[in-house]
Amino acid sequence: MELLIGQMFAGLSLGSVLLLAALGLSLTFGQMGVINMAHGEFMMAGAYTAFVVQQAISDAGVSLLVSIPLGFLVGGVLGLVLEVLLLRRMYHRPLDTLLVTFGVALILQQAARDIFGAPSVDVRAPAWLQGNIEMLGAPIPLTRLFILALSLVCLAGLVLLLKATPLGRRIRAVVLNRDLAETSGVSTRRSDQLTFFIGSGLAGVAGVAVTLIGSTSPYLGTNYIVDAFLVVVAGGIGQIKGAVIAAFALGVLQSAFEYSTTASIGKVLILIVIVVFLQLRPQGIFSLKTRSLA
Amino acid sequence: MKGLLQGRLGTAAGFAAAAVLLLVVAPAVLSAFNLGLLGKFLCFAIVAVGIGLAWGRGGMLTLGQGVFFGLGAYIMAMHMKLADASLFGGSGVPDFMSLYGSGQVPGWWEPFRSPAVTLLAVVLVPGLVALILGLAVFKRRVKGAYFAILSQALAAAFAVFLIGQQATTGGSNGLSGFRSFFGFDLQDPDNKVMLYMIAAAVLLLSVALARQLMHSRLGELLVAVRDQEERVRFLGYDPASIKTAIYVVAAVLAGIAGALFVPLVGIISPADVGVIPSIAFIIGVAIGGRATLLGPVLGAVGAAAAQSALSSTFPSFWVYFQGLLFVLVIGFMPGGLASLASMVGKRRRNRTARPLPSVPTPAAASASAPLTEGEASMPEEARR
Repeated sequence: MELLIGQMFAGLSLGSVLLLAALGLSLTFGQMGVINMAHGEFMMAGAYTAFVVQQAISDAGVSLLVSIPLGFLVGGVLGLVLEVLLLRRMYHRPLDTLLVTFGVALILQQAARDIFGAPSVDVRAPAWLQGNIEMLGAPIPLTRLFILALSLVCLAGLVLLLKATPLGRRIRAVVLNRDLAETSGVSTRRSDQLTFFIGSGLAGVAGVAVTLIGSTSPYLGTNYIVDAFLVVVAGGIGQIKGAVIAAFALGVLQSAFEYSTTASIGKVLILIVIVVFLQLRPQGIFSLKTRSLA
Repeated sequence: MKGLLQGRLGTAAGFAAAAVLLLVVAPAVLSAFNLGLLGKFLCFAIVAVGIGLAWGRGGMLTLGQGVFFGLGAYIMAMHMKLADASLFGGSGVPDFMSLYGSGQVPGWWEPFRSPAVTLLAVVLVPGLVALILGLAVFKRRVKGAYFAILSQALAAAFAVFLIGQQATTGGSNGLSGFRSFFGFDLQDPDNKVMLYMIAAAVLLLSVALARQLMHSRLGELLVAVRDQEERVRFLGYDPASIKTAIYVVAAVLAGIAGALFVPLVGIISPADVGVIPSIAFIIGVAIGGRATLLGPVLGAVGAAAAQSALSSTFPSFWVYFQGLLFVLVIGFMPGGLASLASMVGKRRRNRTARPLPSVPTPAAASASAPLTEGEASMPEEARR
């Protein structure tokens, strides 16, 4: 029983990390169609933000609370710069955005190596996040619980923003019908920039969060980016609820596979599951019903 | 001049010139070391020919060519390890297996003792994997970004799998330390030249194959599928079969390239087949001109040469440069260097001939303009 609970929680925890990484992507990839390979490097930027903040503020608790909004800002500004300089001229070539942003990812990775060095650095977790709590006999690390909570808060914030604010209404309008939105007086340029800012900012927050469960290295982004994209693909492009279900399902499945086989075979099995799943539902768990053929 | 170059005779002449350059001039001029390097670049160029077909002509951005490259390479490496072990060790068990594993050759290695099985498997295994994956993906109309991401995940999973199997695949060290290639001593300089010659010949053959494919009915349909998949479907063709066929061709080319890479370079490891090298295959193709015949080949050789010249002396600079290449070429010159050539050609034509009346939409333009190779026929991805 403890084992089952422990396994279940390990899966949920992995799922929450995946969700944090994929939430921003479901905005930029799902809503705007940009395949941002630098999303992982925005996470890395967030993680290094947490590291730098901790160098400045020695109190781990305060530095964590400062890092989260600052990480959002750092990721968001990086995303905004990318959008303004490059991506805005490429919306009609979605596949090419993948390669361009991969180039940006290479540059950011090397920049991190040059600034912080290739060896990984560690961010201390605050005292109130150290240790475990018992849940039905299974020990649950507090840091993992914190990430789960943070991912749910980010999710709630994002849903609230999209569904209940004028800004969210404009974003959704642009996604549904760009031309009609523009004709109705929505500034699509502004909406694109804000969407990209928020999506990239969420990557920064995800980066701050993962410093709690692992060390930070220039390669941090590459560990998450492929899985995060798989979450968005399996969930259905442009579907935040799809991303949520896919993230937790993949998290639970992956930790179960890894428990019953090995980490490497678990990864391969997950991929097979996704390919088979796309056979059944090529558009992901949820799909927008449109009359377009594409 | 242009008419001559585009004619059948011109193509044959160009092909013969390239053959002379690669098979006669290069071995005579280059040192043994540089010839080996060129051989390695030619392997990448063979992969690039396949990517040019699949991505440039077919619009399938395959980010997992490293998998097929790796399959070919590991199959060849396993055969060479087994052959070395029985030739030199006598025990028939590759050295690293006694170090990390049980000292037993696993069952799935055994078939690759046979040279014939190995040569067949180098072609068949990547082809079969691509066939299954292609049918699974394209028949269900998974395309565009979905396909790109799936193929990338495949590369990631393949590398993770190889690293995890330390005892049977050499883990992250990979397989290396080969001494013979089908009985030929790898230390012998003559045999090294022979290996280079094989790589050059395979490249020439694959370019010839790609040219025939581009000019065939299948090649025309492929471009049509890239630009307007639905229309092709409505005309009664099956886009999935067309795409799968080309995907298999690209995979087989990558597999053969991998099999040649191993004896030429002497090592294959997960670092040569994962996500990053798979994307690195793309950049050469993009630089040269993805939709052209020779662009991918020249681009791949150029990019690989630049990498080997710069990356060891200026490792940090090289990564920035590579990143910038991706950004600048794909962001601002999607047709690659080949589009520069056609731009110059167009300007010259415009100066002599009266300019054509402007055509309002890209769809109409592609419908009215004949599909010639010189136009580089870039994909017209529809705005979503």
